[in-house]
Amino acid sequence: MNNWITKTADELAQALAAGEVTSVELVQAHLDRIAAVDGNADAGLHAFLHVDAEGALAQAKASDERRAAGTPASYLDGVPIAVKDVLATQGVPTTCASKMLEGWIPPYDATVVAKIKAAGLPIIGKTNMDEFAMGSSTEHSAYGPTRNPWDQTRIPGGSGGGSAVAVAAYEAPLALGTDTGGSIRQPAAVTGSVGVKPTYGGISRYGLVAMANSLDQVGPVSRTVLDSALLHELVGGHDPLDSTSLTDEPTGFVEAAREGAKGDLTGLKVGVITELQGDGYQPGVMARFTESLELLKAAGAEIVEVSCPNFTHALAAYYLIMPCEVSSNLAKFDAMRYGLRVTPAGDPSAEDVMRASRAAGFGDEVKRRIIIGTYALSSGYYDAYYGQAQKVRTLIQADFAAAFEQADVLVSPTAPTTAFKLGEKLDDPVAMYLNDLATIPANLAGVPGISLPNGLADEDGLPSGFQIQAPAHSDARLYKVGAALEALLEKGWGAPLLSQAPEIEEVRA
Amino acid sequence: MPEITREEVAHLANLARIDLSDAELDHMAPQLNVILESVASFKDAVGDDVVPTSHPIPLTNVFREDVVKPGLTAEAALAMAPASEQQRFMVPRILGDEQ
Repeated sequence: MNNWITKTADELAQALAAGEVTSVELVQAHLDRIAAVDGNADAGLHAFLHVDAEGALAQAKASDERRAAGTPASYLDGVPIAVKDVLATQGVPTTCASKMLEGWIPPYDATVVAKIKAAGLPIIGKTNMDEFAMGSSTEHSAYGPTRNPWDQTRIPGGSGGGSAVAVAAYEAPLALGTDTGGSIRQPAAVTGSVGVKPTYGGISRYGLVAMANSLDQVGPVSRTVLDSALLHELVGGHDPLDSTSLTDEPTGFVEAAREGAKGDLTGLKVGVITELQGDGYQPGVMARFTESLELLKAAGAEIVEVSCPNFTHALAAYYLIMPCEVSSNLAKFDAMRYGLRVTPAGDPSAEDVMRASRAAGFGDEVKRRIIIGTYALSSGYYDAYYGQAQKVRTLIQADFAAAFEQADVLVSPTAPTTAFKLGEKLDDPVAMYLNDLATIPANLAGVPGISLPNGLADEDGLPSGFQIQAPAHSDARLYKVGAALEALLEKGWGAPLLSQAPEIEEVRA
Repeated sequence: MPEITREEVAHLANLARIDLSDAELDHMAPQLNVILESVASFKDAVGDDVVPTSHPIPLTNVFREDVVKPGLTAEAALAMAPASEQQRFMVPRILGDEQ
């Protein structure tokens, strides 16, 4: 394995600055890795739906020229990145892993994409995902699932399985994901990578193909807490093109991560959420969680138990609010201006074309959610379902507010179990939805959360994730506490957790 | 809680402008019932005094000066259209003969 691909983004940035490597060499090394292990729907990891070798190499060449002239565009100039296929990339296909958008080439860039381009990061490709980001396993991709590098018979998490695997399998040092109910954090947990859902509005959503606007959030995926902080600072901040984006300056994250890495958490109060442990949680996941708490305690933190009683209703409320927003958002895929158009025989009306196109273009999970949303928003049911669910949201926010009176950060396992087998829960949507149990409350309330790897479960030797949540606008706390725990864990392991992952068999033709 | 019948799913699919096959209707009706049963758990948990929250952050109207800015060209906007003619999107007929 080429040494450059195992380096962190921070290490690569330093090597580029020192002239030890060029961006073209870095991009080529990652393209070679992708060619060797990524494969396709039939074999390999299948983290990528589209690889833009030519575009990435051209961007890398331009980066090297800036370096040579002494005018790098940013600290990360030249470090390659992968982008979830739900973000618009001008001139590069964006499909949302749906047949509805097969071959669609956006005429504009999402703001986050424009920002990483301006900062000089070559975009090596678009990553696989559940169709329109609906799912917890990346099995709902219309182009076939992504496979978990720890065990290719298992799911990589969802909906951002491609971004998490690209990072965990050394196909890219950094990636962008989106998190509506845990789609950055949950895949990070089951692949041994780091994923951050920032405060709602902390990163622009302009150019993100919306699934559920009041819940969606773009965020970083990486192998270390510091790398996520570096990317977050780069893409965060106010965007006039997104009226819900915050005016907070995206600063202090990198500083917090570097401070945290020293391992001193004296004076920090850590709240363990009573409702996010116990029944339904795999013993091996709970064992790693308890050990992580001991490490935080040894670093000087005080551990307190906090109760968030309404979290027990969060999953149910989410699975009503989200499909309601989905049914509205996906109405735009009507076969009139872009996307798939299926024309039935005879003299079909626009409505006939819409029905046939949406039937052919959407997969099962998307149809299921559109129908639920249509039902819940229909006359007579609106108050009983949508209205009540929005009240639960108020109670969840109140739970967070009360808990943050007692603790600086809240912690829990990120996902209740390690990665399950591909296909195991496909016919049982409710069982699938349970994977998002611990991550959903943050989306309902808009607070930030991070997942970092905290070991391997004894039962199956697969990664488990540790989730840290902070009050809205306090994302820096995630980086400080996350980096501290990461440093303490790696001290015990002697190396990053991913170094324990099995070698990935090459599928190169 | 009312049970969603197969006929009702067909009606909802009609409202959502999605043709569902017989097999999909057979499969989806029981699945939707299971999902709705599981999401109904909170119905008694919230009192009348709780105010609903539609958004995680308070929203305010955003205004900007009404000035012309560069946008997509007609060519760029039409580039991915299933059909276009004379710089316009070409769509199937909207109205029937009797309309």
